[in-house]
Formats: sequence, C-alpha cells, structure tokens
Amino acid sequence: MFYREAGDFSTTYADDQQTFPIKFDRYRYYVVLFIAIVVIPFVINDYWANSLLLPFLIYAIAALGLNILVGYCGQVSLGTGGFMAVGAYSCYKFMTGVDIWWSGELLFRLPEFNIFFSVIMGGVMTALVGVLFGLPSLRIKGFYLAVATLAAQFFLVWLFNRVAWFYNYSASGQINAPERDMLGVLITGPSTEPWATYLFCLFFTIVCAVIARNMTRGASGRKWMAIRDMDIAAEIIGVNPLRAKLTAFAVSSFFVGISGALFFSVYLGAVEVGEAFGIQKSFLVLFMIIIGGLGSIFGSFAGAAFLVVLPVALKVVGVDWLGWPTDIVAHLNLVIVGGLIVIFLIAEPHGIAQLWRVAKEKLRLWPFPH
Amino acid sequence: MKYKLGTLAVAGLMAAGPVMADLVFPSLSYRTGPYAAGGIPFADGYADYFTLLNERDGGIGGEMIQVPECETAYNTEKGVECYESLKGGGGLVYQPLSTGITYQLIPKVTADDIPMLTSGLGRTSAKNGKVFSHVFNFPANYWDGASVAIKHILDEEGGDLSGKKIALVYHNSAYGKEPIRTLTELSKKHGFEFKEVPVDHPGQEQKSQWLQIRRDKPDYVIMYGWGVMNQVAVQEAVNIRFPMDKFIGIWWSGSENDVLAAGAGADGYKALTFHNVGSDYPLYDDLKEHVFDAGKSAGAGDQAGTVIYNRGIYAAMLVAEAARTAQEIHGVSDITPSQMRDGMEALEITEEKMANLGLPNFGPEFKVSCENHGGNGFAAMTQWDAEAKEWKLISDFVQSDQDIVQPLIDEDSAAYASENNIEDNCG
Repeated sequence: MFYREAGDFSTTYADDQQTFPIKFDRYRYYVVLFIAIVVIPFVINDYWANSLLLPFLIYAIAALGLNILVGYCGQVSLGTGGFMAVGAYSCYKFMTGVDIWWSGELLFRLPEFNIFFSVIMGGVMTALVGVLFGLPSLRIKGFYLAVATLAAQFFLVWLFNRVAWFYNYSASGQINAPERDMLGVLITGPSTEPWATYLFCLFFTIVCAVIARNMTRGASGRKWMAIRDMDIAAEIIGVNPLRAKLTAFAVSSFFVGISGALFFSVYLGAVEVGEAFGIQKSFLVLFMIIIGGLGSIFGSFAGAAFLVVLPVALKVVGVDWLGWPTDIVAHLNLVIVGGLIVIFLIAEPHGIAQLWRVAKEKLRLWPFPH
Repeated sequence: MKYKLGTLAVAGLMAAGPVMADLVFPSLSYRTGPYAAGGIPFADGYADYFTLLNERDGGIGGEMIQVPECETAYNTEKGVECYESLKGGGGLVYQPLSTGITYQLIPKVTADDIPMLTSGLGRTSAKNGKVFSHVFNFPANYWDGASVAIKHILDEEGGDLSGKKIALVYHNSAYGKEPIRTLTELSKKHGFEFKEVPVDHPGQEQKSQWLQIRRDKPDYVIMYGWGVMNQVAVQEAVNIRFPMDKFIGIWWSGSENDVLAAGAGADGYKALTFHNVGSDYPLYDDLKEHVFDAGKSAGAGDQAGTVIYNRGIYAAMLVAEAARTAQEIHGVSDITPSQMRDGMEALEITEEKMANLGLPNFGPEFKVSCENHGGNGFAAMTQWDAEAKEWKLISDFVQSDQDIVQPLIDEDSAAYASENNIEDNCG
C-alpha cells in the first residue's frame, strides 16, 4: 500500500536518478524537512534544544562522517574523538583570530572569522589532518589500521592538552566560545535563542547529509564500496586505492570536524579536550553507526537519535516517573546500551537501517501480503 | 484505553514534577563513574541536611524543600542536560561539584539569572563578584589551597624554602591546572623549584608519574586529584616509600576513600580542608534522630561523618542560610532564583550562627559582598591516622597569601571581563 512505484512514471533521467525515486518516500522526506525547518523552530525551548535536538544533529554529522569511512570505504577508525577535537580547536582558533608566532614574535594575526566560516574551517583543517592520518591505510588494514587511528586519537588529545597555543594560553587549558553572531543573530555564547542554534546546526546537518548521500551513490561512493568489498579486485578494475582511500578519509574527517566544531561552539560552549573528545567519544560514534547501520545514510541518523534519546528517555521514565535512584538508572543505561550492541551484532548486523528497509518492504505489500 | 493511558501519564507527571511553591535545591550528583567515590558522600550529605530541615523545622522559613537529583557522572554533556532539565523545576542554586561543569555553566547561569555556588572548586577568579555576578566560591578556592599548602610547608621547613623541590601531581583538566599559576608565583617568591606532573583522566594508571617522582626526589608533593586518581596516587606513593607527611592533598584529595585502600602505609598523609572533620557536633544528634533513625538517609546511608559527607552538609548549610538571608531581605518566603542570588551576596557566616545551627567550630567566619564572592580564603591541614582510621585537624585555620592570590584573581577575572564585555557589576 505504501512505498508503491505503481502510477509513478519517470519521464526524464533526472526523475529516474533522484534520491527518493518513489513518490511516497519523497513526500515523506519533504514532510520531515518541513517539520524540521518550519515547525520545530517555533515550538523549541532550551531543554529540547540542548538536551535532545542539538546533540542529535551534531552526532548525526559525526556518524555520517564515520559511516563514510567505516561503512562505505571499509577503513576502521577509532580516531573520531580526536578528529572532532581538531574541528573544535580549529574552529576556536579561527573564530578568535589565528595568531602565527615565529621565535617568540607575533608574525601576523588573521582577522576573526565569522562563526559560519569558522565551522567550515574546522572541517577543512580536520580533513587535512584526517588525510595525514589516513596515509598509513595504504599499507595497513583492518585491526592494524584501527590501532593506527587509535594512536591518532591519543596523540591529538595529548597535543591539545600540551600545546598552549591551541587554547590561547588560557590558565585552565579550556577553550571557551566567545559570543558570535551570524547576520545579527547570536549563534554562540550563553544568550543564544534555542531556535537560532537549532537552525544553525540543522543547516549543517542537512547540507552534510545531502553531500554524503550524493557522494555515496556517485562515482566516488562506488569506488569506496569497491575498496571495501575487495581492494585487490577494485585495483584491478581500475580504482586507484590511494585516491579512493584518501578521499574517504578527507570527506569523513571533514564531516567529523564540522560536528566537532559545532559540538564545541554551539552546543557546549566550553570544552576540555580530554573529557569531551576522549576515546569514549570515538566509541560512542562507532556504536551509533553499528546500531544505526553501516553503509547507510539513514542509519547514521537513526543511530545518533537512538543513542542520544535513549539515556534521556530512560532518565525521564526511571527517575522522573518511577522515582528510582539516579545511580540505578545510570547503570541501567550502560547495561541496556551494551546489551543492545550485542543483540544488534548478532540479530541484525545491518542495524536499524536494515529494520527500516524490511519494514518498508512489508509496508509495500501491506495489507495484502500475497 | 487510550484516554486512560493519557491520564495515567499526566497523573504520573503531576506526582513527580516539583510542586512550584517549594524551595528547590537541585543536586547535580554523580553516583556512577570514576569519581563516584567523592560524588556519593557529597550528594548524601547535601540531601540529608535538607531532609533534616524538612523533618525538624518544616523547611526554611515555613517553605518545604525539594532536592531533585540528576546524575552527571562528572561529565560535562550530562551536566548541561541536567542543568537544562532541572531549570524548568525552578532550581534556586546549582552546586555542580565539578570544575568542568562549572566552566560550562558560568555563562549559562549568568544569562538565566540563577546563582551557582562552587565551594572550594570551579573557576577561582569567580571570587571577583564585579565580573562574576552569579557565581560564588566561598569560603575558599583552589589558589587559597595552593597558598595554604605552601604556608604549611614553610612552617615545617622553618620559613625557608630556597633550594627545595616541590612537585604538583594534578588531574590533567581545568581543575588540576588551576593551581599552576599560583604555585609558579609562589616559587618565585619563596625560591623553591616547582615541577608539574600531570595525570590524565581518570588516573588509574600513574606508574610513570611516580617513577618520575622517585627519580626527581622532590621534597614535597602536592596533589590536586579527584575520584579514583587519589587512591591510586596514595598507593603509588606508598609503593615508592615517599614520606607520607610530605605528601599534601588539596581538600578534594583528602577523604577516607582515598587512603583506606592503602592501609597502614597511608598513615601521616596530609590534606587541606576548609571545614572541620569528624561527627562530634550537635547537628549530628539531630541528624540521627530525624534522618538516620527515621530511615530517611539518602543513598545507602553509610557515609555519615566522612570528610566529603561533611562537605555536603556544609554546602547545604551555606545555601540554606543564604536562602534564609534572601527571605529576610525580600520579605517573602517563596523566593526566586534571582532573590536567592541577593541572599547569597548578603550572606554572613558567624561563629554564633554556626553554633546555633549545631555546627560550632565547623567552618571559618566570612561575609560575602558584591566585590568579594569568595570569602577570606582560610584553610587548615588535616592528617590521616591509619590506626584510628580517621582524619585529624593538625593546624589552625590560616589565611592564604593574599598578596599572591588577589593579583592573580584580578588579572584572570579582568581577562574574562574583556573577553565577554562585562561591565563592573558593583559600580
């Protein structure tokens, strides 16, 4: 009944190649966009923005990025936290004006970038760092690559803790996002309106998702998937592994960097690298794409939503409604997330995205499955 | 059926949501994670004191008290989530007990007009009320702690530290980095050599740090640690046979949990404190009668009398007195967060007041003003007696070196003010 192609005729190639070729699917997508862009900004408040929507949007970008690398290109990475830190610290440096020193003297200082371009620069710098740490992937694979990216994670956190230039020599070693606006609307700082920060993050999320979707179904995505499925075969049919792997690292790190920049500047406002971008963050994003679905754009969103909403939902039900002690609920959360990861790996290795695909198939035939 | 479920949900919400007329003191606690050893006793003490006020006096000024708890796990993201979710319940004052979360909340509470108390933690320069209008850190702060520790070492060494080596073992975070500036200044003033030894979160692995200490042989070690890091450090110090009476922890590194694991070897370990130790106070009789024996203790109820539990009691007492002050100033019993801020700024703690509350000789006297949000910086030294298994106060409450601390506070707060375009709040 739903998701039927019947009566939906493509008369041009463009029609045939669009992201959502089925009319029902397309309209559902427009409705989601409409609600996200037009409805939510009018009903959102501080709690919804800071507890659910901002973390969801930001983690969704990170999950998209990691999914390109792990899900599409098959290169396992445990460095997501470190790459998010690169995004956050570059964003901070660009929004406060990058100062270049040479032997104790200030050579020059860039002007302060607008917050929008600071976030973009966060992505660009992370892409460069990502390519650098992606170079070993040409020689090492699988577990060994995972360990190499793990090294990146620890090295980057150490670097941002150690070199005072990155946090502008502040006494606490923290970076604090100063108040910045875009077109007169405050985006960072404590006095922001929830709708402004929400729309700012939503914009980046939508753009990243559209880019990711189109890249993964275009030539570059096919190359990534060829490398993922069998790199020697891919090389024989003419895929350049150097370019394919490095572009995957670059695009993936770009997204992760954007999410790190937003995470610091818009969502938290103040960040301590070891605490915010530790190995825990790398695992969290990895869990998101495993639960959501490897190699699926929708899966990145589903996984991010799941892991952001689950603790909050558990807390609301357990503490606020049932009146359980807070520590029991916190421990329960760990148990449930851990259990779910095991269950998903065994029962549904393709994650929530696969469940959704199956549901779509069922809906297509429903209510007459024969 | 649907209708029934809906009403059930609404009824559940009504029962659980705070009734607006009460005074709400949210507790951003952490009973899980590597810092739970400190988080649990503090949260228990904080909740028990308010339970006592409810049971014995019927709240503060006739208004009952609610203490909604939210688990942060010492994690800044969860801290922000907790703050946002509790904000709707009308929280009067926040005490996050985490420097990371404090940094996160300083701009937020200022924008939302809610006060925050960070006794002995948080951003030290928040003492300057001209810049930090909504943040309080009385009665003492990190830099006071560093200075009092050095004063204690000066006493031990007969007033001369030239040529001595002092190492700082610190939690490699905003918290642990706080005393570095002060100690650097103090090392210039007193001529000792200062070494930094960072320990990364959460601090379960400190072999290399203590190897470094064994090699460098510092005369004293000062520690700014928290959670599991403390126990590991004390154990490692015992392992390398570092003289425990030359090992001094800040007040967050001086609880029973930190030393019990190391057994007899930890005997003589010292830690600072800004309030007294033990349970020999009239208040404890009331607590026993109205809370412990009535089965109303928070948590497992096994923390009474420990150092951090006492700190929870003290923290609750300070904000309860501030609420009372606010009620007096504004002449209403049902105060708002904004009125609570005025109460905190007018708070005066005298020995007489403390004695009336059942806590004689418990903490220093101080008076908060618009310019000074941080008290006078008095702290004392305690020492662990492994045989009796208790902390003993071994010095008087002494004031920190204001010549060193105050200029640093002025400098740091001025930097914050210029970064954020803050005008003088008191002018």
